[in-house]
Amino acid sequence: MQLESMYQEIILDHYKNPHGRGLRDPFDAEVHHVNPTCGDEVTLRVKLDGDTVADVSYEGMGCSISQASVSAMYDLVVGKRVTEALETGEHFMTLMQAKGDPSVAEKLEDELEDAVAFAGVSKYPARIKCALMSWMALKDASARAMSTTAAPATPTGGHS
Amino acid sequence: MTQTVSRPGAGAQQVPLPLDVGAIRADFPILTRTVRDGKRLVYLDSGATSQKPRSVLDAERWFYENINAAPHRGAHQLAEEATGAYEEARAKIGAFIGAPEREIVFTRNTTEAINLVAYALSNAVTAKEPEFRTYAVGQGDEIVVTEMEHHADLIPWQQLCERTGATLRWLGLTDDGRLDLSNLAEVINERTKLVAVTQQSNILGTINPIGEIVARAREVGALVLVDGAQSVPHQPVDVTELGADLLVFSGHKMLGPTGVGVLWGRYEVLDKLPPFLTGGSMIEVVRMEGSTFMPPPQRFEAGVPMTAQVVGLGAAVDYLQALGMAKVEEHEKALTGYALAKLAEIPGVTVIGPADTVARGGAVSFTVEDIHPHDVGQVLDDLGIAVRVGHHCAWPVVRRYGVPATTRATFYVHTGYDDIDALADGIREAQRFFGVAPSGDSEGATS
Repeated sequence: MQLESMYQEIILDHYKNPHGRGLRDPFDAEVHHVNPTCGDEVTLRVKLDGDTVADVSYEGMGCSISQASVSAMYDLVVGKRVTEALETGEHFMTLMQAKGDPSVAEKLEDELEDAVAFAGVSKYPARIKCALMSWMALKDASARAMSTTAAPATPTGGHS
Repeated sequence: MTQTVSRPGAGAQQVPLPLDVGAIRADFPILTRTVRDGKRLVYLDSGATSQKPRSVLDAERWFYENINAAPHRGAHQLAEEATGAYEEARAKIGAFIGAPEREIVFTRNTTEAINLVAYALSNAVTAKEPEFRTYAVGQGDEIVVTEMEHHADLIPWQQLCERTGATLRWLGLTDDGRLDLSNLAEVINERTKLVAVTQQSNILGTINPIGEIVARAREVGALVLVDGAQSVPHQPVDVTELGADLLVFSGHKMLGPTGVGVLWGRYEVLDKLPPFLTGGSMIEVVRMEGSTFMPPPQRFEAGVPMTAQVVGLGAAVDYLQALGMAKVEEHEKALTGYALAKLAEIPGVTVIGPADTVARGGAVSFTVEDIHPHDVGQVLDDLGIAVRVGHHCAWPVVRRYGVPATTRATFYVHTGYDDIDALADGIREAQRFFGVAPSGDSEGATS
C-alpha cells in the first residue's frame, strides 16, 4: 500500500488537530478560495504588523490534505516577514512539483518543517491543488493586506 | 455480532445478472491492465466516461486505415465511402433512439449540443429570416431547469438568460432525491419558452418523470429539452415515447469515442432554429453580401466533422443493441439494488439520492462520516477502484443536501457483483485507515 507515503502521520495529526483554526479579529484582509473541481473551500484572514505576519486565521472545509496543509502553513508563516512567508510558499510549490523526488524534500526539510511531509502528495497530480489551496489564499490575502495597510483609504482589492 | 439492517428486506442479494460479465469484460482491452502496483482495475466511473470495447476501437482504426476522407466534399472514391460511413452511422444512431436520420445532429458532446440550442435561441432574436425568429427568447420570457441539472444543462441557460433578459426558474428537489413537482404548474407557465431537464441525474441517480413535465410544457407551448447523457447509455430511450422536442447525449458515455455527441430534435423544431456555429458545409449559397443555410442536420454541422468518431459511435450502438438495452437497464438495476444494500450495511455511510431502485439508475453517490470524499477516493484508488469524487458538476445538488462533496460509483455492462464487493470492502478499509470505523460495524455478519 502506498497510501502512507501521502498520508504521513504528521499530516493526519494536523488534520485531526488543526493549528490556528478559526477566524479572528482584527485582520487586514480576508479572502475566500475554492477548488472548483472538488468544492474544497477556505476563508483566510491575514493580520500584519508592519511587514510581519502577525496572524493568519482561517475556516474551511475540504479533504485531509487541504485542511492539514493550511494548519502546517499557519505554523510556518506566523511571525515571519511577509516576503519570507511568500518565499516559503514558493518553496512549498517547488516541493509540490517534485513528483516525489526525495532530493527536493531533503533540501527543503529545514525550511518547510512539518510541511515537508506533503512531499508524498506531489506523486498524485490530482491532489497537489488540495495542498496548494491555502498557500494561494495566503499569497492573495497578503497582497491585499499590503495594499490596504500601505494606503488605508483604498478599499480591499484596490477598486474605487 | 448481529447484522444491522437499515430497513426491512434490505439484505444484499445477488440475483442472477442478465449480462454475462465475464464475456463482456473480455471485449474491453483496458480491463486487462492493472493499476497501483498490480491491482485489478475496478472501474466504477462510467458515469464520467465509459471504457470502449474492442469493436469501437477497431471501427475507428478501420475508418482511418481504409476510407479516411472529409465527408460531403470531394468526388473521389474515398470521399464517397467516408460520406457513406458517416451517414450510415447517423441512421444507425437515429434508429437507436427511434429517430429518423435527418433529426440527428452531431456535436462534440452533450455540452456542445445544449450550447447549440441555447445560442440558437438567442441568435433567433436578430435572425433576418422570419422563420428563424420562431423560438426567439427575450425579456419577459422564462427558461425552466431543475436543481439537479449537471452544470452543462444549467450554465448555458443562465448565460442565455443573461444575453436576452429572460428569467431562469427551476424546479427544486425533495429530501429523498426526487424532483419537487408540487409547484410544476406555477414554475412552468405561459411565459415559459423552454424546459431543460435531465432524464437521469448524474449524481443522485434519479430517473425523472419526463412525461409529466412534457405534458405541462405542452399546455403552455414550451419546448422541452431532455439531457440524456446519463439515460441514453443506460436504458432504452425512444424519442416518440419520450415526447420531448430535443434530446442530447454524449458518445463517450455509451462505449463510444470522445469528441462526438448528439442533438436530436423534432424536425419541425430544428428547421426553425438558426445556426450556432457557422462556416463550411452548413451553407446553401454564399455571396460576399450574405449567405443562406442548409436544412437540418447540415445547418448545425459546420466544418469537417468528427467522422471517425461518429463511425466509432455507430459501432458502440451495435454493441449495445447486441446486448439489448432492456437487459442493460435490468443489469444495472440489479447492481444498483445490491450496491444500495451493501452500502446500507456499513455504519457511517449515507447515500445521497433515492434509497431504493424505483425510478433510479446506477449512479450511487454517498458520504462516509468523518472522511472527506477525496480521502475516500484516494483509499479506493490505492486498492485499484476508480470512482468519482467531488461535486460531479452539479454543485447546487451537493449544496442542497448539505454536503461539501460526495463519492460516486457508477456502473455499466462490465460491472459485476465483485466490483461492488470491492467498493464496500474499500470503504471499510478507508474507515480503518482514517481510524473512524464507527461502532456497530456489521462486517463479517452472515446474511
